[in-house]
Amino acid sequence: MGESFHAAAGPALLAVWPISEPVSVAHYMAVGAVMFVAGVVCMAVKRNALGVLMGIELVLNGANINFVALSSPYLRGLGDPGGGLGLDGQVTALFVILLAAAEAAVALAITLNFYNNHATVDVDRGEDLKG
Amino acid sequence: MSLLPLGALVPLAAINWHTLFFLLFALLACGFAVAVVASTNVVRMALHLVFSLAATAGLFFLAGAEFVGAMQLMIYVGGTLVLLVFGVMLTARAPFVSLATPARDRLLGGVAGLGLLALLVWAVVGVEAWSLPAMGTVAEPSATPLGMALLGVRVDGGPGHGRAGYLLPFEIVSVHLLVVLVGAAYLARAKRRRTPRSLDAVASADPVESVAVTPPGAAVARPAPGGSRSALVASTVNDGGGR
Repeated sequence: MGESFHAAAGPALLAVWPISEPVSVAHYMAVGAVMFVAGVVCMAVKRNALGVLMGIELVLNGANINFVALSSPYLRGLGDPGGGLGLDGQVTALFVILLAAAEAAVALAITLNFYNNHATVDVDRGEDLKG
Repeated sequence: MSLLPLGALVPLAAINWHTLFFLLFALLACGFAVAVVASTNVVRMALHLVFSLAATAGLFFLAGAEFVGAMQLMIYVGGTLVLLVFGVMLTARAPFVSLATPARDRLLGGVAGLGLLALLVWAVVGVEAWSLPAMGTVAEPSATPLGMALLGVRVDGGPGHGRAGYLLPFEIVSVHLLVVLVGAAYLARAKRRRTPRSLDAVASADPVESVAVTPPGAAVARPAPGGSRSALVASTVNDGGGR
């Protein structure tokens, strides 16, 4: 890569992504939205019960990114009247992490039970309660 | 020429390093999250999920929530996902490693997901206060205020001052975690296989005596109902003598 290429590509890169600009809460929340949607699609589409569990984890993490971003004093804008969530957002994120651990343990136990009884982890086969 | 190729592209003084690392971690998190959805192999899905959640912990560190980021790494990546990987290993028999989804469902899910994503991003961009550029206030370490808040005392100044502590939710969550783990261990316990021989006949005759394995010959010594404990002892003794 020659110096002339660098000289030409520098402003081009700055134009594509303003890397000298500070980020805002909206950037973090967009990342959270992408993870949330990926989790929802994962829950809806996957046939493996463990894949559905992974979708749940992704959804909870997308929500956690929003909590942390709104509680961050670093990301607070100048004209932000409420001043964000403060410490409450971080405490809520901690509770979400703990409850996700509990939920994963129980869901995994149910999945193993289902596997022992039905010899499959395909959620489409769990139709014992079908009328 | 610096070692960083990026330093040659953009003058180093103009780089906002928070933005740069945000870009790195955000691309990692989103890319691996989409890879979890896109891959059909469940082992690869678990691996991609580990990377995605680790990159999320990097985002937490960047936002100034270092304690939450550390907990994300320790509890989520180190605990929950290891549990999930164990589940994958216990159930990963050949037909279940990659369960293919019908193309119609994948198309439907993709269209619905894109619509939901467009709605969410539209809502995020629409709020004006969230799009303000960061002031860059350096956050104080949050571990001490977090610990005090979980003990019911708020020591953080500013907007959170005077709000209630979190002692009661902390206790509820701790008891909840204990109950859930006991329940999970109960649900996932190994089933003991009973001996099918002659148990059913005894159980249908007298439910009290179904605990003891009684051969058909010992049923003669069964006393009158009422003293169930002595009945058990008598049948057991008779059983030992008969062998």
